Amino acid sequence: MKEERKDVSGRAGGIGPVFFIVGFLAALGFGWFVFPDLLYSEKTQPVNFPHAKHQDGSCEDCHSFRKDGSYTGAPKMASCKECHEDPVGDSKDEKVLVEEYIQKDKEIPWQTYAWQPDNVYFSHAPHLARDVECTRCHRDVTKEDNLPVVKVNRLTGYRSGTMSMVECEKCHVQNGASNACAACHK
Amino acid sequence: MSENGHAKSGVRYGMVIDLDKCTGCMACSVACQQENNVSFRPDESNKLRSITWMEIYQLENGEAFPEYRHAYLPKPCMHCDAEHGAPCTFVCPVNATKRDEETGIVGHVYPRCIGCRYCIVACPYHARDFNWWDPTWPNPMEASLNPKVSVRMRGVVEKCTFCSHRLNDARAKAFLDKTPLNEVVYTPACAEACPTKAITFGNLLDPGSEAAKLSKDRERAFRILEKLHTEPKVTYLSSHKWVRDLADKSL
Repeated sequence: MKEERKDVSGRAGGIGPVFFIVGFLAALGFGWFVFPDLLYSEKTQPVNFPHAKHQDGSCEDCHSFRKDGSYTGAPKMASCKECHEDPVGDSKDEKVLVEEYIQKDKEIPWQTYAWQPDNVYFSHAPHLARDVECTRCHRDVTKEDNLPVVKVNRLTGYRSGTMSMVECEKCHVQNGASNACAACHK
Repeated sequence: MSENGHAKSGVRYGMVIDLDKCTGCMACSVACQQENNVSFRPDESNKLRSITWMEIYQLENGEAFPEYRHAYLPKPCMHCDAEHGAPCTFVCPVNATKRDEETGIVGHVYPRCIGCRYCIVACPYHARDFNWWDPTWPNPMEASLNPKVSVRMRGVVEKCTFCSHRLNDARAKAFLDKTPLNEVVYTPACAEACPTKAITFGNLLDPGSEAAKLSKDRERAFRILEKLHTEPKVTYLSSHKWVRDLADKSL
């Protein structure tokens, strides 16, 4: 009874599901592997800063807070200049730093990893007061030789590592902190 | 516990405005506009379309000269303290506007707002305004925007926040100084700008605060539309009976 297994168009069955599966896998592959890369533009830092080679000082030497607990931002060129007025080694990264920025007296246009949109209010002060570890939110840089690429979402400006609201809320709940809108929104 | 399941704390920020002292100079309104990045248009005459967080009303007693009297009434958001929520928070379909039960401040998350304007309709105090256009500032005013307050986009509602960004700053400092959060005091831009000190701001639940004392003034204190039981946290003071009698008329 072979005639009964023909489909409506009269062709032999069996090839349709193959097309479906191939198309399905192609769409999945595009969505999972290709599209996320298309969505993010990649920005490299102007100078590579090997955190691992700067472990002789404390983090606060470069990443400091003002008296009111506000963060002073990405390190200024002046703090690099304290040691690197002239090259102390022979690495390529240092050559760029000294020749392009320190000798020309130019600030380094660092790219931000922890960028947050305008409507987010965040102060380090309460977190410092509660002794929250830096690595609770930031990546551990102590053994890092190369700064990672900054991936910026082309549509929203969010970085691939931008902390999402649910992370803040979870930690606030666990530690009994306020989860009111105005606690983190301005 | 209030009806929405949040525990009430010992803090209820509120405002007392002394109408006997108010000269109608509008410094509070201007200071608010600047502090909170409130956008404006070249022609602000259509008050149904313009945005004002701190609006000044002129009250008149309706008599002819020489009995004619008038007074000014600055009107921010009342941050209603009714048990079931403020009228605006009650109607918001997306929880964009919520009362913080720790401070009593009614906040509004702009990116979450869908612009349905139910809250504008629900608010009996006309405290809310809608962004009909993209906010623009004439050059070079954009450079002087306050970075501590986010700029609202077209299509969302906005209103007075009791300068909650100033509260956040004061709280951040309290954390470092190890001051209890319940004791944090701060001053909104309007109260700071008032030249006659007509606006007093503070914790209404702290019996020692100036605002709490003034709001309990038996002779002069009144609130607007008290008959609606919205429990506004803005109290007015006036020694004139005709001003107090206007309080139950709608705005």
